[in-house]
Amino acid sequence: MTIGLLGRKVGMTQVFAEDGTIVPVSVVAVEPNTVTGLRTAARDGYTAVQLGAGTAKRLTKPRLGQLKDLPRVKDAREFRVDDVAPYEVGQKLDVTMFVAGETVDVTGVSKGKGFSGTIKRHHFRRGPETHGSDSHRAPGSIGGGTTPGKVFKGTPMSGRMGNDRVTVKKATIVRADAERNLLLIKGPVPGARTALIMIRKA
Amino acid sequence: MTVTLLDDVVADQIRTDLPQLASGDTVRVAAKVIEGTRERIQVFEGTVMRLRGGGIDRSITVRAVRSGVGVERTFKVNSPRIDHIEVVRHGVARRAQLYFLRKRVGKAASLRERRS
Repeated sequence: MTIGLLGRKVGMTQVFAEDGTIVPVSVVAVEPNTVTGLRTAARDGYTAVQLGAGTAKRLTKPRLGQLKDLPRVKDAREFRVDDVAPYEVGQKLDVTMFVAGETVDVTGVSKGKGFSGTIKRHHFRRGPETHGSDSHRAPGSIGGGTTPGKVFKGTPMSGRMGNDRVTVKKATIVRADAERNLLLIKGPVPGARTALIMIRKA
Repeated sequence: MTVTLLDDVVADQIRTDLPQLASGDTVRVAAKVIEGTRERIQVFEGTVMRLRGGGIDRSITVRAVRSGVGVERTFKVNSPRIDHIEVVRHGVARRAQLYFLRKRVGKAASLRERRS
């Protein structure tokens, strides 16, 4: 695990590479992050850097007490690191951490799909739509009869889909725009627009 | 706000050096092609059959008849592979997509010139 940054998804667009090929990119707005806390092996049993981003309108008194005179950050996430020595509380980190061409792991919470059937959720096949069929989107058989006499645990069925923590691994940074505090990442990143995104070096 | 930011990100790649194009125009598109190790400019002349997309995604489909065979090529207008586009003639088109040209042969496939 390495240090990364917190950002917000802006949306997707495309850019032309130098040779004219079109590269689909996700735009992530990464305002400079503040180090809001350090976790050390001696005190916490593990080493991590807590980064904060955004500006909170309201914070609880306990949180204000933790932040003291640090910026009133809206979101904070911990990044596991091997050594916290290079970091200090209050330090600012921005997109200059990344350069174009570098690969990153991008973590976010995927869009919620609600209660979804087996076709959408597990890529089951559809039944016939006509000729007397009534198993249009039905899951079909979910197990045996007398033997084994039960439905096995973990059998794919309908249920809540999405709204999961998802990581896209080895996504390429297309551009790190320090002027506008933006990262352009090749391909999709999890979540809806404005979703909180964690970007870590792969 | 987010949408304008997305436009802003690609603003520097949108080409402003190209003429205004409309369906029915006869155009000469000069595209850069790579042959082996050499790069040269290939010109394709025909009628703009449709324009699609907006912003960075804008593209045109150009139709021409070459040796009796209909040829359609789609170009990404903002692509750096396009050297230049030249409007040869403005045609009168009463619709945005000129798919009816595909069914027409010879003189019937030509459009009247727009007089301004």
